[in-house]
Amino acid sequence: MQGKPVVKVIENRCKGCGLCVNVCPRGVLSQGSKLNQYGYRVVLVKELNKCVGCRLCEYTCPDFAIYIIWS
Amino acid sequence: MPLEKIHPLDEFIRTDRLPHRFCPGCGVAVTMNIFLHAIKELTEEGKLDPKKLVVISGIGCTGRVSGYLKFDGAHTPHGRPIPFGMGVKLANPELKVVVISGDGDIVGIGGNHLIHAARRNMDITVLMVNNFIYAMTGGQVAPTTPQKVYTTTTPYGNPESPFNIIRLIAGIGANYLARWAITQPFQLKNSIKKAVLKEGFSFIEVISTCPERFGKRLGIGDPVELYNRLKSIAKIRKVSPFEAKYDWNEEITCGEFIDEDKPGFVRMYFEVIKEKLGERA
Amino acid sequence: MAEIRFDNSNIACAEAAIIAGLKFFAGYPITPTSRLFEYLTRELPKHGGVAVQCEDEIASINAIIGASWAGAKAMTTTSGPGFSLMLESIGFAVMTETPIVIIYVMRTGPSTGYATGTGQGDVMQARWGSHGPYEVVVYAPSSAQEAFDLTIKAFNVSELLRLPVIVLTDAVLAHTRERYVCRDRSEVEIIERKRPRIPPDKYKPFEPDPDDLVPPMAIYGEGYATFAESLVHDERGYYCPKSDVYEKLIWRLHEKVRLKRKYIVESASYYVDDAEILIVSYGSLSRVALAYVREMRRKGMKIGLFKPKSLWPLDEVSLKFAARKARKVIVVEMNNGQLYREVDRLLKDKKVFFRPLLKVDLPTVEEFEEVVRECL
Repeated sequence: MQGKPVVKVIENRCKGCGLCVNVCPRGVLSQGSKLNQYGYRVVLVKELNKCVGCRLCEYTCPDFAIYIIWS
Repeated sequence: MPLEKIHPLDEFIRTDRLPHRFCPGCGVAVTMNIFLHAIKELTEEGKLDPKKLVVISGIGCTGRVSGYLKFDGAHTPHGRPIPFGMGVKLANPELKVVVISGDGDIVGIGGNHLIHAARRNMDITVLMVNNFIYAMTGGQVAPTTPQKVYTTTTPYGNPESPFNIIRLIAGIGANYLARWAITQPFQLKNSIKKAVLKEGFSFIEVISTCPERFGKRLGIGDPVELYNRLKSIAKIRKVSPFEAKYDWNEEITCGEFIDEDKPGFVRMYFEVIKEKLGERA
Repeated sequence: MAEIRFDNSNIACAEAAIIAGLKFFAGYPITPTSRLFEYLTRELPKHGGVAVQCEDEIASINAIIGASWAGAKAMTTTSGPGFSLMLESIGFAVMTETPIVIIYVMRTGPSTGYATGTGQGDVMQARWGSHGPYEVVVYAPSSAQEAFDLTIKAFNVSELLRLPVIVLTDAVLAHTRERYVCRDRSEVEIIERKRPRIPPDKYKPFEPDPDDLVPPMAIYGEGYATFAESLVHDERGYYCPKSDVYEKLIWRLHEKVRLKRKYIVESASYYVDDAEILIVSYGSLSRVALAYVREMRRKGMKIGLFKPKSLWPLDEVSLKFAARKARKVIVVEMNNGQLYREVDRLLKDKKVFFRPLLKVDLPTVEEFEEVVRECL
């Protein structure tokens, strides 16, 4: 686990359920206002610098729409 | 045409079928996610060959899981993934058989197969995703639905008391028995890793959220609210399986309940033959 | 080496299955099949196979479908009440194009009926029992030797067409010990299912070969990530509820059988060259029918017998040929007129009669004569 964690969102898979926003312990994410092609509100990475790479968002997402990489 | 590979789990997903049909906030899909993390780690640790993994599911919302995964698999008739898996394992014992199916499928119509697989210590792993309802067909009562809840077939409230499946399986016996909620992803992942590698019958009940069909009946239609509600009642305690609680209003006890190493059915089957026939078998 | 046996059709079917390459058997005890099952639990492990008893017939049929997907030739055996339980999964085997064989030993029905009695009341059920439009192949032997040979054929047809095949014997055959030859493997044709010839990234589980409309079958454990989908699916095995995909799939499931009709059908004709009366009979009853026909021939009657050995599909060509000079065709069955409907439909220009013999034991020639006499 080297470097800083970066949150990646696959926009056309997100269904705007909000589970990742809810489960993040650091308040990195929030419900966005941008709609994807299916009409869902895509999650927004609001404060990336607060992310510690716990990956709870990655584990809790039902849609394989969010994951962490290490830069 | 090569499939899309963006997410780290995409190598195990039929990405040409994404986005999948699960509702926003569906606990079945979360379980699928955690399961794939477990498989990915086992593969990277060299403990599992994904080419030998067979994922079988029955009918229902959870039943759709096997169709999205890029392993050998099947979508069997309602209630029958366990006997199908038994046939697969006995025909080729090198295969790793995992059954991922719903509470109605496994313990309702498939109940008979479940108790005999446990009794035989059949070498399969069963992940039963419990969302307390028959979701696919619109929200009818399930053997796991809490008492008094309104469902479409118990419009005056559910008069029955539900199954506490941990007590059922513990009464029969299994090599591995655990219950986790989708709100405990790391524990669930590690438990799946352990269960898949074990000989004999492994059973993990995964307490899940169904905002559309169950949550709405309780007045909690929002996925996040239902998730948090589940988090407040899913408590990890080290107790005997018969003390594990299953009360939606109070507590659903989670944790590992049985972890044994009795010989599995496959080993016993070939052993009794070898004893009588010698090496001719 | 081929050997002479003196045993019943249950054992003949079991031995034939082993010769054909059976490697997995799952069953549930039911009279009159239990001896077949018991024989295999003892003998199959000696040939590198597995034979287990399941908790019910539904588990048995699903287990053999799973075993077939794992690469084993798989079989089960049952009678009326058990087959009724298996019906849903017969459709599963058809939809997923799984090769399996079921030895269906008919007994007196409906319901519990008479466990050790005989009957022919399941002819329609064997073909149409499951829901949805589908096609299966059903054979009806009339002796232990035919039970042996048709079981080998059943395995071949199931592997060739990726289809469940049913061998319909009855309680009389299952309880009658007689001479038959247990043929050696090198004396018979054994067909194996087609395997994929292309690598996994190009393979589609339900993409048929254009010549025979049968998809090559990848089995579990070889890296093909193959999928047995019970929902309506496209060639990738993905759920696809669209009319054009559905129509194409159902048409193909029927057409693949129709293309191989000539290979599938079997029948025998006796004294039909100049027959003015044609008896149609199958299974153990056909032996009584043949005795009757021989007796009538001795008395000078121009009578013949058509014995179908494949009930579904019926050997139409041979049936029409056998009936070409007949004024009357009499179908005699131990049921309420099941194969009769097919014969009547196929021989539109002939007078076809049905005579029931609703007995619990094999009728005598006199009893047979009594029911036929009224039509002559």
